[in-house]
Amino acid sequence: MAKKDRLSGNEAVAVAMRQVNPDVMPAFPITPSTELPQYFSSYVANGQVDTEFIPVESEHSAMGACIGSEAAGARTITATSSAGFAFMWELLYVAASNRLPIVLALVNRALSGPININCDHSDGMGARDSGWIQLYAEDNQEAYDNYIQAFRIGEHEDVQLPVMVCQDGFITSHGVQNIELLEDKEVKKFVGQYKPERALLNPGTSFAVGPYSVSDHYFEAKRAQAEALKHSKKVIKDVAVEYKKLSGRGFTWFEEYKMKDAEYCMIIMGSAAGTGKDAVDALREKGVKAGLIKIRMFRPFPGKEIANAVSKCKVIACMDRTESYNLQSGPIGADVKTALYNEGAKVKVLNYVYGLGGRDVTVKSLSSVFKDMEKVQKNNKLGNPYRYLSVRG
Amino acid sequence: MKQLTEIRWHGRGGQGAKTASLLLADVAFNTGMQVQGFPEYGPERMGAPITAYNRIGTGKIRVHSNIYQPDYVVVVDETLLDTVDVASGLSKKGAIVINSPKSGEELRPKLHGYTGKVYTIDARKISMETLGRYFPNSPMLAAIVKVSGIMEQDEFMDEMKASYKHKFAHKPQVISGNMKALEMAFQEVK
Repeated sequence: MAKKDRLSGNEAVAVAMRQVNPDVMPAFPITPSTELPQYFSSYVANGQVDTEFIPVESEHSAMGACIGSEAAGARTITATSSAGFAFMWELLYVAASNRLPIVLALVNRALSGPININCDHSDGMGARDSGWIQLYAEDNQEAYDNYIQAFRIGEHEDVQLPVMVCQDGFITSHGVQNIELLEDKEVKKFVGQYKPERALLNPGTSFAVGPYSVSDHYFEAKRAQAEALKHSKKVIKDVAVEYKKLSGRGFTWFEEYKMKDAEYCMIIMGSAAGTGKDAVDALREKGVKAGLIKIRMFRPFPGKEIANAVSKCKVIACMDRTESYNLQSGPIGADVKTALYNEGAKVKVLNYVYGLGGRDVTVKSLSSVFKDMEKVQKNNKLGNPYRYLSVRG
Repeated sequence: MKQLTEIRWHGRGGQGAKTASLLLADVAFNTGMQVQGFPEYGPERMGAPITAYNRIGTGKIRVHSNIYQPDYVVVVDETLLDTVDVASGLSKKGAIVINSPKSGEELRPKLHGYTGKVYTIDARKISMETLGRYFPNSPMLAAIVKVSGIMEQDEFMDEMKASYKHKFAHKPQVISGNMKALEMAFQEVK
């Protein structure tokens, strides 16, 4: 039986962590994810979980400890944000290449500088090539649901990859909202016991973790990682189907909102997707055929499927909550345009950078993007394809 | 009740405006409503102006922005009226509730031409009388519940009693004072 509650996004993920009761959690606190190790260490102190909590001295050490622990055969989690996440950088790649299904709760926050504690996706986007699976959440409910599903995805024998479960710093991590929680025993049953194929502490098995790989082998290891990510698409879908049976809440690679007859589509990720849906509803009332695609699974990227979903649109707008300084597109814009080109789709594409460092994203500001799309269509002129939303100068 | 009621809190760091917004979300949730309660985070420091928000309604709340056109505004610290345009975007059909011993009409000149209803409540007096210390939180919470009519007084009092019992399980002696503060606030907001 589902339990109705009201929790912040951090509280929701902390509850999921408690329900999963992992073997090991090495963590170092950084806002806005500080509450995760904070709440979890009180679960440990209260005996509500039997997890080994390791208060490491840095995020670099946190990921190092995660790698060692997961390789030993222990289900391992951690949590971080922003600069702390950046400090894990080197080891993110090591975790992925060693095929260790660590689950990391990333509470998205801008990277310094200037120093800023608020939400954008520059931390997560910077790690998009690290080989981790990345799931993004619109609200506290999705952060909770994605977190529980992450273990089944990463640990699946066809995948064996680490998973990053992302939510927007402060906006959802510290915003209290209604939520439905599963029973503890339902979650435990769903995630099951972690039985890795190979583990350093399993007697009789031997394998190398983190070895030097000469030119003769390195490339094949990376190619194999890409193949595993490809496999994860099906697993992510299958796990979602099973999770829906349990929770009643369905998940896909991306959500299509009012897309059936949409002429103008916004492709967006994270909490702003909810605000965008309100903008779509308001525009629909005025007769504008607006729609929205919310990306849940950013890595692997469902390029072909998104290209097909928008192929009948007149104009689309890709919304990036990060700047990648290539002067032509953000990460979502680049991935969507590549997919459209590959599929031969002829859709006009605008790309916006928005919401950096917690710049507020409103129904009004997102509605203006749809107005821009209409203008492009009316004048049959794209104008500047790479734009900035709600910024001075 | 309106499908969605939006409330903006203005306070100073350390006065509990954020906690009050989370408490309001709690009681509204307990009476079966859809809720959001969230503060605006910045470089927090004691005494600096802070803002917190509530959305309370009957349907799922998807929007995740701050609130620019609130139905109601609560001002926990009267001195903010000199530096912050607290009534900015406030609906004329709504109201503002200010923690002050003065009357609404005395304060109206500081509200940048706001023409809607202005309520005041002396939360300091109530808090000192009932708790012996200055916690403006509880009186302001009761005042906004009364002014906005988002729930019945009895329902609110029952929920708050349960919430205090839980929150103050280790010091039950403060529960009656807090309940008294809520009751007085309901009577005295004008």
